[in-house]
This record gives sequence, C-alpha cells and structure tokens, in this order.
Amino acid sequence: MSDTGVLASQEDLAFVERLRAGDEVAFMMLVEEHQATMLRIARMYVSSRAVAEEVVQEAWLGVVKGIARFEGRSSLRTWIYRIVTNIAKTKGAAEGRSLPFSSLAGKDEPNPGIDPAWFQDAEGLAPGGWKTLPANWRGIPEDRLLGNETLQRIGRAIETLPPVQAEVIRLRDVLGWSSDEVCNALDLSETNQRVLLHRARTRVRRELDDYLRTGSEGR
Amino acid sequence: MSEQGLTCHEVIEVLTDYLEDALPANERRRVEEHLANCDGCTAYLETLRETIRLTGMLTEEQIPGEQKEQLLEAFRDWTRPGSSR
Repeated sequence: MSDTGVLASQEDLAFVERLRAGDEVAFMMLVEEHQATMLRIARMYVSSRAVAEEVVQEAWLGVVKGIARFEGRSSLRTWIYRIVTNIAKTKGAAEGRSLPFSSLAGKDEPNPGIDPAWFQDAEGLAPGGWKTLPANWRGIPEDRLLGNETLQRIGRAIETLPPVQAEVIRLRDVLGWSSDEVCNALDLSETNQRVLLHRARTRVRRELDDYLRTGSEGR
Repeated sequence: MSEQGLTCHEVIEVLTDYLEDALPANERRRVEEHLANCDGCTAYLETLRETIRLTGMLTEEQIPGEQKEQLLEAFRDWTRPGSSR
C-alpha cells in the first residue's frame, strides 16, 4: 500500500530522535502502545500465537535497526505497522497460509448486523421502511451506558466478530486510528475497510440495543 | 438506486459511508433528505453514534511484564554501541 499522505508529526520526529539515542523509556512506551495490536495483526496472517510472537519480535528488531533510516515520509505508526504486516505476510506465505481476508468474500451477502425483518417487505405500505421504529437510548442513564457491564458487552460482541472485522473496529473505534492507518496496517482497500467497519459497528450496536432495552431483567 | 427517495433499509446500510464522508455528493444529499423526514432512521443513527462513543471507552489489555523485560533486553542489545547486529 502506498504512503498514506500523512507525514510524520513533529512529535513523531522528536520521538524517533529519542529511539535513535537508545532511550529505553521511549522504546518501552512504544512497546506498551503497540505490542498487543501488533500481536493480533500478526496473528491474522500466521498459524499460531507462537509464530505471531516471533513476527512481532522480528518487527521490533526491524524497527530498531531501521529507525536510523526513518525519513518521516509517513507517520511513525504507519511505518511500524508496515514492517509488522510485511513480516507477517511473508511468514504466513511461507507457512502456506492463505490471506485472512477470505471473510471479505461474503461482503455482498446480507449484513448480519441489520435484520431484513425490521423492514416492511414488498407487500407493505412502504417497502423497505421500518416496521417498528427503532428506539433511541436517550432515556438510559449515563452511568448505565458507561457501566462495566455495558463495556463488557461491547468487548464480548467484538470478540465474536470475524477476526478482520474485530480488528478494524478495535483500531478505528477503540484506539482511534484513521481509516488510512487501518488500511495500511491491514492491507485493505478503503472500500473494504468501510464495509468491515460497518458490519462490525452494526453488529455491536445490535448487541447493545438488545442489552440496553432489556433493562436489568436479564440478570 | 432509483431517483426516488431512499428506503430506510437502504439508508441504514450506508450510514458508515455517510459518517465517514465517503458518499458521492448526490447520494449524501439523498441520505440527509431522508434523515430529515424519518424519525426511525434518525434514532438508529443516534444509537450508531452512541455505539461508536461507547466503544471508544474500552481499553486495551496490558502486556505481561515478562514479555516487556525480554524486549527491553533485546533493545539494549540492539542499540549497544559497537553491537554487530
């Protein structure tokens, strides 16, 4: 994938200087921030957690060795994830593993986050219109919305998504990455990234809606 | 899609494209026209935005300390002056 058009920020460049100088605190900050995500991304391409850990270790080596040559033509994050993805793809290919994006093959099938039964069929007064209007969540108190149980529901809903969808929603909505950065790290086209994000968000919304509208009866 | 208004089902399926500002101008206008007149789709969009906000409240799992130690060791090796690696 080409450069994302976003250059390294001043902050990135200052950080890179610290790494070049062998600053361990800076390195550990980078590890803290990226290790878990790198592992999950690597895991999408290779056969096991152990191989994914090798990929990540190798990627960190690549980062440290390559940092001298970092020119700031992309953000630091974009540069790091290009290294991870390249190594993971090479390893995965060597293992004879097919790319994880076969989940995209089904992208023209109906989206399971949106139930066609919510809408009127061709016999209805307004085909394709709502049968019953969806409720908004305005009446739900903020402490319930932000409660642990709600957040756990979201976490579980994400875990049950197909892996690439789960990764897209984590990167975009949990970690706040831009779509360019996600396309780069996961080697996705803009369109496919949006399809996956839409499916992921609508599935999570559906789970949340089921949960929030049952009140506390379910417990 | 026809030149008539979009159906609710069609609107719901393009909401991520709408929020990402990825719709062509004419389709964006049709979505906005629909939303302006449809309480159901407006409520759905509101819950989708709320889903995005709440998802943003999740935190990432922490890394086991042992793994961090290993990496730090490696970093020291890699950056040690005169290191052949």
